[in-house]
Amino acid sequence: MIDRDPEGRKRARLAPWLLLAPGMVWLFLFFFFPLWTLARMSLSSRPSRFANPTFDWNWSNYGDAFSRYGEQFTRSFTYAALATLATLCIAYPIAYVIAFRGGAWKNVLLGLCVVPFFTNYLIRTLAWKTILGDQGPLVEALRSLGVLAADGRLLRTPLAVVGGLTYNFLPFMILPVYVALEKIDPRLVDAARDLYATTWRAFRKVVLPLSLPGVFAGSLLVFIPAAGDFVNAYYLGSAKTTMIGNVVQDQFLVQVDYPVAAALSFVFMAIVMVSVVVYARLLGTEDLA
Amino acid sequence: MNAFLARRRSRARGTVTSPAGRIGRGLVNLAAAAGLVYLFLPIFVIVLFSFNKPKGRFNAVWQEFTLENWADPFKDRALVDALGVSLRVAGIATVVATFLGTLMALALVRYRFRGGQVTNLLLVLPLTAPEIVLGASLLTLFLEPHIVLANRQFTLGFTTIVLAHIMFCVSYVAMTVKARLRGFDWTLEDAAMDLGATPTRTFLRVTLPLITPGILAAALLSFALSIDDFIITYFVAGPATTTFPIRIFGQSRTATPPQINVLATMILVGSVAVLAAGTAWGRRRARRLGLA
Repeated sequence: MIDRDPEGRKRARLAPWLLLAPGMVWLFLFFFFPLWTLARMSLSSRPSRFANPTFDWNWSNYGDAFSRYGEQFTRSFTYAALATLATLCIAYPIAYVIAFRGGAWKNVLLGLCVVPFFTNYLIRTLAWKTILGDQGPLVEALRSLGVLAADGRLLRTPLAVVGGLTYNFLPFMILPVYVALEKIDPRLVDAARDLYATTWRAFRKVVLPLSLPGVFAGSLLVFIPAAGDFVNAYYLGSAKTTMIGNVVQDQFLVQVDYPVAAALSFVFMAIVMVSVVVYARLLGTEDLA
Repeated sequence: MNAFLARRRSRARGTVTSPAGRIGRGLVNLAAAAGLVYLFLPIFVIVLFSFNKPKGRFNAVWQEFTLENWADPFKDRALVDALGVSLRVAGIATVVATFLGTLMALALVRYRFRGGQVTNLLLVLPLTAPEIVLGASLLTLFLEPHIVLANRQFTLGFTTIVLAHIMFCVSYVAMTVKARLRGFDWTLEDAAMDLGATPTRTFLRVTLPLITPGILAAALLSFALSIDDFIITYFVAGPATTTFPIRIFGQSRTATPPQINVLATMILVGSVAVLAAGTAWGRRRARRLGLA
């Protein structure tokens, strides 16, 4: 009898479920079930500031979420899209050089790309606050070069927020793009060159299309956390750069307006999911993992 | 003809002959090098400012060089206590998540069964949900007593943080171990059992040692994720429990003592050492077992 499963896996009834059960129960209790309570909360109403919200199919929370915070929604997705584009531009050359020219140093170089992220996320963002600070050397240099006006600043601008998002989520772009590039057989590029393709054309027609799954995965890994972030806008931005994360955080933990905050979170998640699907269709690749 | 051969030969050695190609190549290398510099710029600033003697409460503008902060790295008691809380949370979350996640990965790679695909999808979902949504949903869960959780009212604090951290680590562990298990030679198990080993003995003496590096990698990842997490923790921490990131966030409104930079530098050096040691151990082990 020939085993037709190349991985030699076994057919079994109970064993896999027993192994899965504890983890699945955990995910049900602390991931799926909370989403349900959040949905319920988003349809509750709160008669007064100190009363507990009660569930009564109150759809007006969703209307409120959109009409009051439409601006923050647009801003979050714009900033996240810009940051994703910026990470792609910075990460692609790094991943390319490591994958094709890294030689024996591949793993060390890849490790170097991850090392900065062993410091805490907040501390890294605070470091950017120092770098972009009004009294820092960077702003002084830009002012004397005339790039910035004499009273111009970097901190508390949209540029600083997008820059912070770009930096903080960069490794999520470098790693998947590297994995995709590393898989490419270099002989394919040689073949293209033998057929008289220029380096640029060989890149455009061979390397780039083959690296798209990595670009896709990386873009999702950057876009989703960037759109929901509130730390960068908090430290590097101003009242004019608040994102949806700042609003959700403020509504939940400061204003204690749970129903509207829950509706906001749901709308936010829905938009993220829809943009992910649209993006997947546009790029024509659907294998996420 | 000669020119053609020369071109082929030079290409075989991986060199580009045309000047435009050489410039392009140089530009790509330059972009990559600039990218690496950019990656390390904030790290350089963090380390540099651990030697700063700030005027006032904020360590944001360079004043003068001092070794004082390094002479007394644990001066800020609240910060050190918060780091202790973070380490304990990460320790517990890592052990539980690694156990649960590894079992799930084994089930998905080892067995063929109905519902395997769906389970895979359910596992990926927590990884694609934005952190603020995870945090917000857990907060609503902990606020309201419900029959599913035995009508228990949770007090926000250490327990709720650990529960949340285990949740987001489980998926990462399962995905990491699963990726490492792909290509595992399951016939080794059959071989052990053909030689008379019981299933338990086979698992403990053959399977487990071979998948250990994958499990350790997953454990390291979940430890790193847990200790660094701010957004989800911020929602479920409550007023009484303070982890390292929460302490920094809360404090940064009124002060940023240079000890933050000293501790951050220590953590960075420590993690790099652990990573380097782990890689070296993995290589030596692979060579000893003849896997390399």
